[in-house]
Amino acid sequence: MATGYYFAHRHILGIEQLSCEDIAHILSTADSFKEISARPIKKVPTLRGHTIINLFFEPSTRTRLSFEVAAKRMSADTFNISPSTSSTTKGETLADTARNISAMHPDIIIIRHACSGAPLLLSRNVQAAVINAGDGAHEHPSQGLLDMLTVKEHRGTLSGLKIAIVGDIAHSRVAHSDIVGFTRMGSEVYVYGPSTLLPKGIDQLGAKVCASLEEAVTDADVVMTLRIQRERQNDPLLPSLREYARHFGISRQVLSLAKPDALVMHPGPVNRGVELNPDVADGPQSVILDQVTNGVAVRMALLYLVMGNS
Amino acid sequence: MNATWRIVNGRIIDPANSRDEIVDLLVIDGRIAGPDQPVPAGVQEIDAAGCWVVPGLIDMHVHLREPGEEYKEDIHSGARAAASGGFTGVACMPNTKPVNDNATVTAMILGRAADAAVRVYPVGAISQGSEGHQLAEFGEMKAAGVVAVTDDGHPVRDSQLMRRAMEYASDFGLTVISHSEEAALSTGVMNEGPVSTRLGLKGIPTAAESIMVYREIALAEFTGARVHIAHVSTAMSLDLIRAAKARGVRVTAETAPHYFTLTDEAVIGYDTNTKMNPPLRSDADREAIRIALADGTLDAIATDHAPHSILEKELEFDAAANGVIGLETALPLTLALVRDKVIDAKRLVELMAVNPAAILAVPGGALSAGAAADLTLIDPEREWVYSADQVVSKSRNTPFLGWKLQGRAVLAMVGGRVQHNLLS
Repeated sequence: MATGYYFAHRHILGIEQLSCEDIAHILSTADSFKEISARPIKKVPTLRGHTIINLFFEPSTRTRLSFEVAAKRMSADTFNISPSTSSTTKGETLADTARNISAMHPDIIIIRHACSGAPLLLSRNVQAAVINAGDGAHEHPSQGLLDMLTVKEHRGTLSGLKIAIVGDIAHSRVAHSDIVGFTRMGSEVYVYGPSTLLPKGIDQLGAKVCASLEEAVTDADVVMTLRIQRERQNDPLLPSLREYARHFGISRQVLSLAKPDALVMHPGPVNRGVELNPDVADGPQSVILDQVTNGVAVRMALLYLVMGNS
Repeated sequence: MNATWRIVNGRIIDPANSRDEIVDLLVIDGRIAGPDQPVPAGVQEIDAAGCWVVPGLIDMHVHLREPGEEYKEDIHSGARAAASGGFTGVACMPNTKPVNDNATVTAMILGRAADAAVRVYPVGAISQGSEGHQLAEFGEMKAAGVVAVTDDGHPVRDSQLMRRAMEYASDFGLTVISHSEEAALSTGVMNEGPVSTRLGLKGIPTAAESIMVYREIALAEFTGARVHIAHVSTAMSLDLIRAAKARGVRVTAETAPHYFTLTDEAVIGYDTNTKMNPPLRSDADREAIRIALADGTLDAIATDHAPHSILEKELEFDAAANGVIGLETALPLTLALVRDKVIDAKRLVELMAVNPAAILAVPGGALSAGAAADLTLIDPEREWVYSADQVVSKSRNTPFLGWKLQGRAVLAMVGGRVQHNLLS
């Protein structure tokens, strides 16, 4: 790291706000924390006495658990709240909730919310540092960072790679954070999916939109697929998962177009047999569980860095 | 109250009478005097040096929220905001609580408006309760004082209902105002495009508006009835309207200042004061609107003044209500078009006074001898900042708060009575 660099972010709202130096610094910090999770006693006192609130307005198993594991390994006190999806049904707005939580003086609030921009709104109404654990179809920065950490571990670099992302780009905050992050670090991100799931102007985020699955996957260093949901809010996106699997799913045959040692990634949970054939999901090229392991390290790094800047 | 004035040194811009000259204007007993009328002894003078003297501006699309949501705005507060923005008349939309779909509500609004700062022209609902099923009683409402009908805010889905509304409205000389929006395509919260993708917000395609604009044109063309398209936001809609006008279809159209001033880039940062329906569009759409204001495709500038409190706006972007206030900023934002040489001063007066009066068939839009003295004095150069403490409306939901603006209404006169005055 160049001298004079310091991590200047109070909140982690998206990859979009992070520079190359920031991303490199987070990844190297995460890398140094990985060793803690391999110890027999997996706990360091770094965040002892700090209060961390997991404020999850959307159901989440792995992301919430990952943040909680990260916080506890650093000796922070963690609390989980899962208000009903729409806080307004209780007559309390997000700003109200934020001010109430803020009055209890937490140090970090980790928020997941169905509405894009909700973490920004929260950050304007609390004293605590805010980490976005996924907002609408906007960003999921810790997932983007753990994806980058996983690729960097296996490839040794994040520049000059071809990253293929296949599936529901339109509704995926993971795709969004990955497109911005990998592009910023010097790789090229190729996206492909049915036209119903490709959002307008995704190329302006830096993605290259492909005309075929073959174009996306050929010679790729990384093949990442995204979870498919057939229908959202009465919007007819796909006729059937069977048809999706046939035309847009990654089979062994499709994967053979990628580099021989290409990484297979997925943010989880996987619909086996839909976006990924089981033999691909569980095959030797899959690093899906490495992603999960790295998630804890990245989140420890984020907690550490936002506290270091308080 | 005194209603006799001599306005001196002002530049009279009165397109309806083909006048643009620096000359004195006499108002006697609330009416504009003819050129031969003697100046009464001891008349009070208003020095309009450096100012334009124009027919009172008319905003043909506002939401005054009364009855039902007086915490956002009421008829009197909205009228004061209108006067301070240089308007002397406003047409108020029927989406109140209860809906203005009958003569009783119309009469109540007009009763409350009798001592308001500006003239208030109620617009009635197309359908009962604006629910899109049964026609409201246009004849009864017309007799009570409505000037047009619309289901603004609740776009008419049923094409047969819209056809019947146009036909039936023509029997009473009422214009149908269309909020053109195809509901099935319109489930998003901002313009669909690169910015919505970047922000992860669900988009509303331009086609959602343009499809319905074409439906209204097709129905107006088929029935021979008149239709007015509210708050046009897309280039595609303007192409449709331009072509329809060339064919002789009786279609008129308005846009709002935010559509020729801002683009969807303003949504970056998730400021809910940039959320309105239709949404802010692309730069190409904004450019098309500016051209259409100049070439006559658009007939009017209306604000779609839509007051909301923090209860509706201090929320997640998805959850926030649509709409912004606009009465106090419309004139300076339109004057910016004059400075940018998109339109000239005469065209501004046509867009903000002459044409709205003609479309609604209400008095005004001209400084003719014998007409009620509804007029606005505009200082086109005056610089000011639209700060929170200046807001006259009850609500502050505007993306223009804190903007440095140039040009302002310095006086508004309604029937010879001064309702707004910044002249010392």
